[in-house]
Amino acid sequence: MTALVVDTPPPRRIPDRLSTPFRRLLGSWEVLLLAVTIAIFIANSLASPHFLDPWNLSDATYNFTEKAMIAFAMTLLIISGEIDLSVAAIIALASTAMGAAAQAGFGTPALVSVGLGVGLLCGAFNGLLVARVGLPSIVVTIGTMSLFRGIAQIVLGDQAYGGYPASFAWFGQGYMSDFPWWPALPVFEVITFEMVAFVCVALVFGILLHQTAFGRRVYAIGNNVFAAQFSGIPVERTKFVLFLLTGLMSGFAAVCLTSRLGSTRHTIAAGWELEVVTMAVLGGVSILGGSGTIPGVVLAAIVMGLVTFGLGLLNVPGIVMSIFIGLLLILVIALPIVFHRIRSRAAA
Amino acid sequence: MSRLLKHRELLLVAIIVALVAAFAYRAPGFASPESLANIFNDTSILIILALGQMAVVLTRSIDLSVAANLSFTGMAIAMINAAFPEIPLAILIAAALGIGAMLGAINGLLVWKVNIPPIVVTLGTLTIYRGMAFVLSGGTWVNQNQMTPDFLNAPRLPVLGLPLLSWTAILVVVVMVVLFTRTVFGRALYASGGNPTAALYAGIDVGRTRFFAFVLSGALAGLCGYLWVSRYAVAYVDIAVGFELDTVAACVIGGISTLGGIGTIAGAVLGSLFLGVIKNALPVIDISPFWQMAISGLVIIIAVTFNARQERRKGRMILRDAAKSRARPSELAEGAAA
Repeated sequence: MTALVVDTPPPRRIPDRLSTPFRRLLGSWEVLLLAVTIAIFIANSLASPHFLDPWNLSDATYNFTEKAMIAFAMTLLIISGEIDLSVAAIIALASTAMGAAAQAGFGTPALVSVGLGVGLLCGAFNGLLVARVGLPSIVVTIGTMSLFRGIAQIVLGDQAYGGYPASFAWFGQGYMSDFPWWPALPVFEVITFEMVAFVCVALVFGILLHQTAFGRRVYAIGNNVFAAQFSGIPVERTKFVLFLLTGLMSGFAAVCLTSRLGSTRHTIAAGWELEVVTMAVLGGVSILGGSGTIPGVVLAAIVMGLVTFGLGLLNVPGIVMSIFIGLLLILVIALPIVFHRIRSRAAA
Repeated sequence: MSRLLKHRELLLVAIIVALVAAFAYRAPGFASPESLANIFNDTSILIILALGQMAVVLTRSIDLSVAANLSFTGMAIAMINAAFPEIPLAILIAAALGIGAMLGAINGLLVWKVNIPPIVVTLGTLTIYRGMAFVLSGGTWVNQNQMTPDFLNAPRLPVLGLPLLSWTAILVVVVMVVLFTRTVFGRALYASGGNPTAALYAGIDVGRTRFFAFVLSGALAGLCGYLWVSRYAVAYVDIAVGFELDTVAACVIGGISTLGGIGTIAGAVLGSLFLGVIKNALPVIDISPFWQMAISGLVIIIAVTFNARQERRKGRMILRDAAKSRARPSELAEGAAA
């Protein structure tokens, strides 16, 4: 590949006239994902008679809600040209800290603050090393991935923490109908707390990325870090904040996951970093930075959740599912590149 | 002192000697020749894998799939040995190298021909290869009694006072020294990582060099698959989980720049030995082996910070941020083109 190392980008073909907004929408990645979602939904409901049960579907959302919350923050980080491979290790450390706090007799509000606080601290540590010291994020987060989970391993050994207070279970197992002041409609009996959290987090990150100056800066940094620097964008600070956000969301995911499982081992959330990155990339986020949208990642989260749930209904073991995830990650990146090359070769 | 700091290898030797001396103070037997030979033998597999990783890292790439490759190849070789005990060991080892090289070639092709960033490719193949090991074995173990004595004993055979496993590592080191410093391929590895654009103008096919670096890393991982399975006398899906991080750590500690183009074989070997000494010393000084992972992580972070300072000191870059984004100028160009 000679194009890999040539400094000047190859000339871009400029169309004679712009296509209509409707046609552009049809050709977009998000619409393609939506079609895939619907197809998988139909295929699943044909494959298993139990798929369309509302309780089943409600359970299925646990497959993606926690990972997706991290994926939204990861989306912003990848758009800015960095990556965080330590997210799953942050979950392990935050969960261990919460377990230790629960053993010490702290109540639910304290546990949640501990989880979020540890997440923030870990994110700040990553951010400091990448944004301030200027180290490559891949190597730094490979190191912290080992460090954070290693600390959890030192604390826990082969033991497990349990004994969380009953009110703590609500984050991972609660339904909206459990809320005393929430309107008592039958729908809310199958709507979980995590679903609502997922929607809220998606909205917050969607607005942050697409409607604020901060979001513009993230795109600018990812597209051309020099231009961004010379335009007066605080590159270091922005990247630091993105690592903080990723840490915070990992902490929040740790709260939900720990509450759902009710126990903590040092292997908790092992391999999640891969699924979170896959989710973002499947959602149309360019791994090279500079482009991607939150709606795309929302759809990707649902697609991955439905696929793993469908495979689960067909009794496919977890490690085989991970083959699908790995293939999905590579194919989703490879196919557009291959198609693009075929098309440009045909045009030439 | 600043002279010494410039010579990473000397510094590492000093640190390792100091560590061994400190541990020997606690446990007198630690520095005995047998104990040191034992540590070297224990670190042999890491050394071999780290040299493969080094080839990849030199070209500004990373191979996170080495441990999964090791697991799959080890499982495949153990199953062949269990099913057909009459196949001679030499053919099995050749098969291990071949299977490993093939898995490495898949990584290399995706990086070279499809132009996907190496981190993404190998993060994907990491789960795929380990998943394939599960599919291959159906989740079952291949135990000691199913493997032939030849298969199990070969790495243990003492030759001139050292087990064959240690000699294998020494042989690989020698071959790699020749390959990296005395061949066109070796020069191409350094050139395509140091400055891809200049390498291109010098007539080096950067993509092809990366491809062969991945094949090399894969072949060595395959070899280690056999060594691991025969050494521990068992093959199951989860062998060497997370070991890819140790290989990256060994390289980073040894001063191999993750931005490519900088590093020596001696550095990678010493980086591996550093980790090996710590791993073997933990039980001696009564620290739980659960500390191992956190220590590796901490050492990676310290080493990468140290490397970055050393590289910056050369003063090649005028703008600080130019140095930062030097990591991916080719990718920036690609991103702008996309």
